[in-house]
Amino acid sequence: MSVTLLEVEALETGYSAPIIGPITFSVERGHVVGLVGPNGVGKSTLLKAIADNAQIFGGTVTRKDGLTIAWMEQQQARLPEMPFDGWEYLSYAQATRHAPPERLASWLDQRIDSLSGGQFQFLSCWAALGGSAELVLLDEPTNNLDDASADALRTILRRDGAGRSNRAVLIVSHDQAFLEGICDRVLDIRG
Amino acid sequence: MNFDLLFDPLFRTPFLVGLIMSVLLPLLGNLLRIRDEWLAALGLAYLAGATGLIGLAFGIPTVLGAPLGALAGAAIKAFVHSHGNTIYAMMVLAGWCTTMLVAANSPLGDVMGHALIDGQLYFAGNVHLTVTVVLGVVALATLPRVSAPLIRACLLPRHELANRLPAWRWHLSFDALVALGMAVGAGTLGLMAAFAMAFVPPLIAFRIARNWRRCQWLSVAVGVTTYVVAFVVALLLDQPFGPALVAVLTVAALLSLAVRRR
Repeated sequence: MSVTLLEVEALETGYSAPIIGPITFSVERGHVVGLVGPNGVGKSTLLKAIADNAQIFGGTVTRKDGLTIAWMEQQQARLPEMPFDGWEYLSYAQATRHAPPERLASWLDQRIDSLSGGQFQFLSCWAALGGSAELVLLDEPTNNLDDASADALRTILRRDGAGRSNRAVLIVSHDQAFLEGICDRVLDIRG
Repeated sequence: MNFDLLFDPLFRTPFLVGLIMSVLLPLLGNLLRIRDEWLAALGLAYLAGATGLIGLAFGIPTVLGAPLGALAGAAIKAFVHSHGNTIYAMMVLAGWCTTMLVAANSPLGDVMGHALIDGQLYFAGNVHLTVTVVLGVVALATLPRVSAPLIRACLLPRHELANRLPAWRWHLSFDALVALGMAVGAGTLGLMAAFAMAFVPPLIAFRIARNWRRCQWLSVAVGVTTYVVAFVVALLLDQPFGPALVAVLTVAALLSLAVRRR
């Protein structure tokens, strides 16, 4: 029986005023759901509302009791000095449940403030996917990724070995081709 | 120079007190720096200095009077939900003007003000040692528990809110620990020396260390080494301890520029 982790019902959300909505969808355990739409339509705001980081003006967001969330934001925190290597970053992100992908191997011994934008983006994706959170939110995961990293991410999201059957992934992207290759269903929120 | 002074039993307790602080303050400083709140060390030290000075005027040892101001600072920070250095800059200003006004209006003000700025490490006795050891034990119990969530909050700032975690527990615990650390540091090493001990070792370690584990070790190594050098130099050359420690730390920071990360 499928377990609903997240139920969004006629949601209108934003900051000082609504930006997006009303929108309705649900996310069940074991599913990869994509939200596609052009830049500026409010996709990231929708993820923020799900993660209690935006104001809700109408409708509801219902999370399964005790739901754990791993969230890769569109703009990750890159502090001026980050004296952590990749292993430590994954450890603090609680993303040590699964062995990291081969693509990351050569970067994990480096300090994370010495990684390129694309390398850090891929590390951040794995920091969300490599843990035990029941719901993974990925906001524009392909930003800054080179083709090899985008392929590696596609592989991770397609396979079941990363604990996919025990959780759900909700991906926001403007890249419809990327989403259609990996998602069980894609919702168009062009407004 | 009288080398016998180095082995004089009179200075054993002060040396131990400073040694504990030279381990603790760099560790606190590392977490303050990753939180981009390094000015906390100075802001809380100034508030601690102000209440330490008020306490002295009433015959209360600085090491007991100083924590009141620092804890008040931590409470204010929690109350106004402030992050970053702005609130600490205000603490510097409030602490400085209070210190100056109290010093100007109390009979021993000038002497006490100098004692606070210069540091009173050589006058540290059993009260100071007891307070410092208790602080060390509290830090030993607290830091392993709060470090990981504090670092996670810096690397993944919205994780706590998204997962509806009771984040105030570890943030408040750490703020209180820093307040106590800076208060005891200001009451023993001296106001500016306590700040320097929380600021300079992390400054060096963050630039050089390859990862967080080494950063911890390196900052403590810098703290302890510079402390021992300053203790010996100040004693042999009959200099005030606080300025001597700040001078050694400043030289260490400059020398570290020649070291590259490997």
